[in-house]
Amino acid sequence: MTRDIAVVAFAQTDVLRTTDELSEVEMLMPVLHSVLDRTGLKTADIGFTCSGSSDYLAGRAFSFTLALDGVGAWPPIAESHVEMDGAWALYEAWTKLLTGDADTALVYSYGKSSGGSLRDVLTRQLDPYYVAPLWPDSVALAALQAQALIDAGDTDESALAAIGARSRRVATLNSHAQLRGSVPQGDYVVRPLRTGDCPPVGDGAAAVILAAGERARELCSRPAWIRGIDHRIEAHTLGVRDLTDSPSTRLAAERAGAFERPVDTAELHAPFSAQEVVLRKALRLDDSVRVNLSGGALAANPMMAAGLVRVGEAAARIHRGESDRALAHATSGPCLQQNLVAVLEGEPR
Amino acid sequence: MPEILKAPLVVEFPFTRSLGPVQSAFLTGLRERVVLGVTTTDGRTLVPPVEYDPVTADDLRDLVEVAPTGTVTTWAWNHAPRRGQPLTTPFAWVLVRLDGADTALLHALDAPGPDAVHTGLRVRIRWAEERTGAITDIACFEPYDGGPARLTGSTDEFADPVGGIVATARLDYTYSPGRAQTAYINSLADRRTVGERCPSCRKVYVPPRGACPTCGVPTAEQVEVGPRGTVTTFCIVNIKARNLDIEVPYVYAHIALDGADLALHARIGGIPYDQVRMGLRVEPVWTDGARYPDHYRPTGEPDADYDAYKELL
Ligand SMILES: [Zn+2]
Repeated sequence: MTRDIAVVAFAQTDVLRTTDELSEVEMLMPVLHSVLDRTGLKTADIGFTCSGSSDYLAGRAFSFTLALDGVGAWPPIAESHVEMDGAWALYEAWTKLLTGDADTALVYSYGKSSGGSLRDVLTRQLDPYYVAPLWPDSVALAALQAQALIDAGDTDESALAAIGARSRRVATLNSHAQLRGSVPQGDYVVRPLRTGDCPPVGDGAAAVILAAGERARELCSRPAWIRGIDHRIEAHTLGVRDLTDSPSTRLAAERAGAFERPVDTAELHAPFSAQEVVLRKALRLDDSVRVNLSGGALAANPMMAAGLVRVGEAAARIHRGESDRALAHATSGPCLQQNLVAVLEGEPR
Repeated sequence: MPEILKAPLVVEFPFTRSLGPVQSAFLTGLRERVVLGVTTTDGRTLVPPVEYDPVTADDLRDLVEVAPTGTVTTWAWNHAPRRGQPLTTPFAWVLVRLDGADTALLHALDAPGPDAVHTGLRVRIRWAEERTGAITDIACFEPYDGGPARLTGSTDEFADPVGGIVATARLDYTYSPGRAQTAYINSLADRRTVGERCPSCRKVYVPPRGACPTCGVPTAEQVEVGPRGTVTTFCIVNIKARNLDIEVPYVYAHIALDGADLALHARIGGIPYDQVRMGLRVEPVWTDGARYPDHYRPTGEPDADYDAYKELL
């Protein structure tokens, strides 16, 4: 059974360095209400709910269950969770709608990085035998990738600085972004990466609603149809990979149909400046494509939500008529280990 | 609004992980100052070795020794080492392709500064003095001016192979329970139990979490409940928890406080464990200086009717 499925609504929080005054569900609830309000749906109308978050950010087991209070989970709803960025929850919801079991889906994800030390927390996703005992943090691994790109002649430190500067400059138009406008490139965090090459650490949440076929047209005047979506993974051993390339992104894009016709807009989840270089190459994006008009992850990188935000930002541009064909990319893991690509289209106007 | 509560939260875990045949040989080799790789069906040598080919997913079992010397394939200068990292002085993270290997191993390089490091730098392993069969048996790498070091000739024939590792980890958090639970905990300090009423379905949740799980809307209206309540269900605990100074067996129960629409859980005392029952009326017992009730005890009232609490089971 083939059904057309679209993103029909998107909402996100402001991304903030700390949100002590809010529990996860308190941070999440305004976003859930906002995304539902955009469609006029009530939680009881939603056919399937899927969320993304991580216990390691919260420091507690099964932390997502408390956030479920925000979606009205009683009486029982059809619900699932991924211990990943919400972009992968969206993928699960998309497959659920494809089966015909539901016509609408609510996808949300959130992360409060402020409770712990994010660089240390992220080491726990590494190979536990050979890598995690050395505690290489997320910036260190990204720095190895940046140096590999510099050695290969694909970029240099000033080009990387320009990527960060451009991201924060365009983010002045994004009221949800954490870093906007001019930000000093700063000192080395782990050389060759400086503060300006690294994403801000922040708390935030995002939500989208998916709908199938006619239901999507009822809920949104210009749905962002998902023409293709795919996700792929690299070998987990860093030393096996060519860090200057992202074959998994390219394969996911190919399977999602990204290369069939040019896109006009791309939202790339590149938490570190050098990763944008890798992704542009893998996705064959030239200067005709508007990349990360939201500011991208260098302006706001709420863990577990930043990938879903990329899909949401791309869809929102189609909703507003600012894009006809957009690519959204999400990543997870060190040095672009896992990559998801979605291609979204609006109907001709 | 009163200040939001915060407290340190330390999560520590010593995961004990077992090793497959290839990982076991590699880590045992490190203990014996021998570096082993694994050869793939297309003739490449992977170091560190894995049990399945990352490209073809073939079973990999053929171990081969490589040299403890090699070449840096990429690096990053870490001027501020963090807890748990291999060196406490500034060092370079490096990917090193050992002589004889086709892939690179991640580790630390001890060097005087970033100017002393470049891709292509020749390096060798500095072994840890005490080795246990872990990746940290390599203390770090150090610059080395020379060709491939001689092999020992050892393969995977080691006595007393390592069967597992203990992957210890510690993460430090600052936990904040948010607005609703801060208000709840603060009122408990005054020996009051305060829930929140849902503006939509009017139910009172204790402890409040800031949202009604039925309606999915924020709750804010505070309602004092209890202090007395009714046991809705219970269990008998027979195993003593570590650091817990309570004699077993004891009873842990769900208690619907008067005025609450959700049962909270607490220990029941002041009554033999085998006489606790559904419908038992209880009240909190506070100890001096405590921020929450130590336990609940019978009030002596007649048991509540089943109909009075059946919706709260
Ligand atoms: Zn309610």
